[in-house]
Amino acid sequence: MRVLVAWCPDWSVTAGLFELAETGETGETATTALGRRPTSDQPAAVLSNNVVEVCNAAARADGVRRGQRRRDAQARCPELVLLPANPERDARYFEPVLATVEELRPGVAPIRPGLLAVPAPGRYFGGESHAAALVAQHLVDAGVWDCRLGVADDLFTAEQAARQAEVQDSVVVPPGTSATFLQSLPVRVLADATDGGEEGRALADLLRRLGLRTLGDFARLSAAEVSNRFGSFGLSVWQRVHGGAPTALGSRTPPPELACEIGFEPPLESAEAVCFSVRTTAERFVQGLAARQLVAVAVRIEAEADGVVTSARTWLHPRCFTSRDLVDRVHWQLQAGMPSSGLRSRQDAGSVRAPIERVRFLPETVEAAADHADGLWGGGADEQVTRGVARIQAMIGFDAVRTPVLQGGRSVADRQASVPWGERSVGLRPLDRPWPGRIPGPAPARVFSVPLAADVVDESGRTVAVTERGMVTGEPWRFRIDPVDAGADVAVRRWTPVASWAGPWPVDEAWWLADGGAGRSARFQVVGVDGRAWLLVWRATGWEVEAGYD
Amino acid sequence: MSAQVVELLQRQIESLQGGPTRLTVPVHPVLEGLVQLRTGGSYAVDSASLALALAAGASRAGEWVGFAGWRDFGAEAAAQWGIDLRRTVLVPEPGELWLEVTAALVDVLKVVVLKPTTLVDPKSASIIDARLRARSSTLVVWGEWPQVEARLSAERVAWRGADRGRGRLDRRELRVAVTRSGRRSARDLVVP
Repeated sequence: MRVLVAWCPDWSVTAGLFELAETGETGETATTALGRRPTSDQPAAVLSNNVVEVCNAAARADGVRRGQRRRDAQARCPELVLLPANPERDARYFEPVLATVEELRPGVAPIRPGLLAVPAPGRYFGGESHAAALVAQHLVDAGVWDCRLGVADDLFTAEQAARQAEVQDSVVVPPGTSATFLQSLPVRVLADATDGGEEGRALADLLRRLGLRTLGDFARLSAAEVSNRFGSFGLSVWQRVHGGAPTALGSRTPPPELACEIGFEPPLESAEAVCFSVRTTAERFVQGLAARQLVAVAVRIEAEADGVVTSARTWLHPRCFTSRDLVDRVHWQLQAGMPSSGLRSRQDAGSVRAPIERVRFLPETVEAAADHADGLWGGGADEQVTRGVARIQAMIGFDAVRTPVLQGGRSVADRQASVPWGERSVGLRPLDRPWPGRIPGPAPARVFSVPLAADVVDESGRTVAVTERGMVTGEPWRFRIDPVDAGADVAVRRWTPVASWAGPWPVDEAWWLADGGAGRSARFQVVGVDGRAWLLVWRATGWEVEAGYD
Repeated sequence: MSAQVVELLQRQIESLQGGPTRLTVPVHPVLEGLVQLRTGGSYAVDSASLALALAAGASRAGEWVGFAGWRDFGAEAAAQWGIDLRRTVLVPEPGELWLEVTAALVDVLKVVVLKPTTLVDPKSASIIDARLRARSSTLVVWGEWPQVEARLSAERVAWRGADRGRGRLDRRELRVAVTRSGRRSARDLVVP
């Protein structure tokens, strides 16, 4: 069987640049990457543990090498775009590439992100080099600039052929000439071969030191000698070099299409009408998943108006989506317009900004239905609560109803978070770390989301401050709190004498960030003579009340 | 003896007035014997900690609780009181729709803690009270409410543990006074 291999060199870098261009991630890297098609002329490297794992040709030209430390790489190439290593991302962005090739020839076998094999389509496209050119053209159309193709009798040879090819070009090894082709290659190709890894690198190094410069030199050894000296891996390489390696492609079955969509003709203008019409589609979507014993726990809902996607959002569900949940999500998404808009009045409810002509459900995360099945005794009460809360969400907006969660942190406001009801909490700081500098003891019952301004003075009326050594400049004598937002129960800017105080708990955190709340601060617990205790924080900018022990 | 008899009779009268739907709601061990929450009733408190303590009893017993109008909700304090945050619904800013939101929460939750932002008129309160009785729920109001079953207030609060830069706030001694239809009882508590 003839095999066609498509190789996208430095795929991790390509995928990272794709992601960067798509999301426009923060930092100075985004400014160089945004607005430009990610091409190979921009030096970029993928780092893991501060060591360059993969870099592209432009970076290599500037002297960046695999295994280099981050600082060395940046010293050689200051404009280097640094990307985090993320194998999941590489695989995710390779998926459309697989689909592109699959359209031309079924039976695609993904070997790893950046490398795929497919049975070569013999004469169908007018010969193998034509077929390779066609595949290359489709890949370039899909945005993959750097792709190289190779066609040969077996997978190993085809991969080596692809590695010899120029950008967007192909190398075809005629039938029966694999051995001749391979034997002209230098031994260092073994170091880059897919299945070699560490072993392949060691073998390439050993062969070089033994004076065997090409694979041909290696092939001239006898099988017994190779087996004795280089072990089973060496023998398998020797067999391949002789062109006798078996090829078994693990072709994949194209994943089933689980997304559902519905078009409206004429386009619908109100969210209610859309919700009414998507009901059957939502049911079809859930049933399509259920037929494969799956449930969706994250769904992306896209709404199109005038031919463009005007509203798209990923919704997470703490359990799994039912068709009714999906209809609710469509309603909130279309109604709210902006998900972050908190309150709405009732007058503007239900009007969407442009007539919706298409709604699409895309499953983002699916899980086995068995993991989400109801227990034998059911979760009746929870179900009722979920429905009741959904009603509130319909009234005042999706993210106005929240679930409080705890997370790690130093200040009390950092130690808690709230997620919109029905979403899962993601990106929380771990609780089980020590968090030195946090306030021990009972937690305050009132935590102000926006700290209140305050004044704390010592006996002589000077504002109390904290030195760099963590010492107070004077003993807190009396304090007052700005009443804005604290409720009527806080004494209106009246000085309260301090009955007792504890602290300071000095913290110097996030000083590398420019925005407020960063830098040196110290926390105090202050009890007024009225018996009420407050958690005050001193910053270089002044005193604030973070929380109240009410 | 006479006081016990009077209390017994009063309890009987209450149960007769309330009918069989008036179930008791578990309270936090700290408040055991001082106040007994019943479904269909509304209770006023004047301190956030007391509101958390009242909600904690039901949450510890596995019920769902909700907080409406608390913009400064202390999640960690709630967790320390024993409230299960996974069974907690928080509506920080219901805005002008606070009445509808509270009514909807009362529909499905056992204990709803409300912090009214505006003065509550008796008509709105009676709507909620009727809903409470119909749905067997309990309302705890941190603030003012026209008519309540009992009013809890924290008096003579004294924090222990902090001393001029040493130590830390450790525990609090306070007297919780319960005013129930004109009668007043009080108890000294030490709460963390």
